[in-house]
Amino acid sequence: MKRGYLVLLLVGLGIALVVTLFSPLASSEPDGLERVAEDKAFVEKGKDAPYEVIADYAFPWVDNEDAATILGGVVGVVVVAAFVLALGLGLKALSRRAAIAGTKLAGPAPPASAGGKAGRGER
Amino acid sequence: MAYISLPAHPLPYPAPMHIPDGFLSGPVAGVGYALAAVFVGIAVWRTNRSLGEKSVPLMGVAAAFIFAAQMMNFPVAGGTSGHLLGGTLAAILVGPWAAIVVMTSVIGVQGLMFQDGGLSALGFNVFNMGVITALVGYGVYYLAALFANGQRGWVLPTGIFVASWITVMLAAFATSIELAVSGTSPLHVVLPAMMGVHALIGTGEGLITAAAVTFVLATRPDLIEQPQRAAPQGGLS
Repeated sequence: MKRGYLVLLLVGLGIALVVTLFSPLASSEPDGLERVAEDKAFVEKGKDAPYEVIADYAFPWVDNEDAATILGGVVGVVVVAAFVLALGLGLKALSRRAAIAGTKLAGPAPPASAGGKAGRGER
Repeated sequence: MAYISLPAHPLPYPAPMHIPDGFLSGPVAGVGYALAAVFVGIAVWRTNRSLGEKSVPLMGVAAAFIFAAQMMNFPVAGGTSGHLLGGTLAAILVGPWAAIVVMTSVIGVQGLMFQDGGLSALGFNVFNMGVITALVGYGVYYLAALFANGQRGWVLPTGIFVASWITVMLAAFATSIELAVSGTSPLHVVLPAMMGVHALIGTGEGLITAAAVTFVLATRPDLIEQPQRAAPQGGLS
């Protein structure tokens, strides 16, 4: 990954983490679907999840509610970002391999480290 | 602050717009999984072919920001809150297909790890909040960008606001149909209620998305590919 994009990634993750710091300020009123379910009397049809990890975004074993919510948010941001990055890098590696296989007839595959542009088939 | 005195979890389950277990019948939940599988499959296939150098870090940032922003419920009228869905935002940042991958990842982690959205409803939660929002949001944004034609001003932000608002309404519309077909609530009851409250929530989605895109365009305009009339890119590709 180019350095500029690494900075972009770190700044973007930083913004997301800052947003989670404000999560205790989020409205605790029921949201759209929940409000409708209450008003139209089908809320009791909802069932609990069969297991709980970080239910309601509150990190378990932390007594302070605000801290628990922030911690839950931070864990979520990190897990989601890590998952998507791993998935994206994996897909990119797959497509690069496919592209290299596709250009083999035209000559030796360009080195994979050539600025991330390997396999585009340029000369 | 008022929120401290309120019970943190007034209901026995977490239920943002994410559908909880018990709201969808078995067959409806199955249709949701099938629809989600088809669209996520196409999305992975298309994303695989179109990943540019900046795509992967941008996808990571989009997923992280949308996860964080979805936690920030904002108050709307009548003791109700709403939160960002983010499908339109993701689609503008990384394109519609990569956006579906991003949204599916966010909604999947929310369901599996945070018990936000039921496991049985995961398919339709992905379809409603990830697939519909990304594809329709991008389509409307695409038209708005063509109309704005690269010029600064209010045309593009307004178009983004409208695109985001429409996706929230469509997600609420789809959810209402799924609830009605499941026998959870009759359509003539649930549909008007859902559309009414989400017309308000959609304005929040529109404001946040337009602000976020305007911020990115002001700081890193190179990150967003704006469709231009001179060089049409061929719709959703």
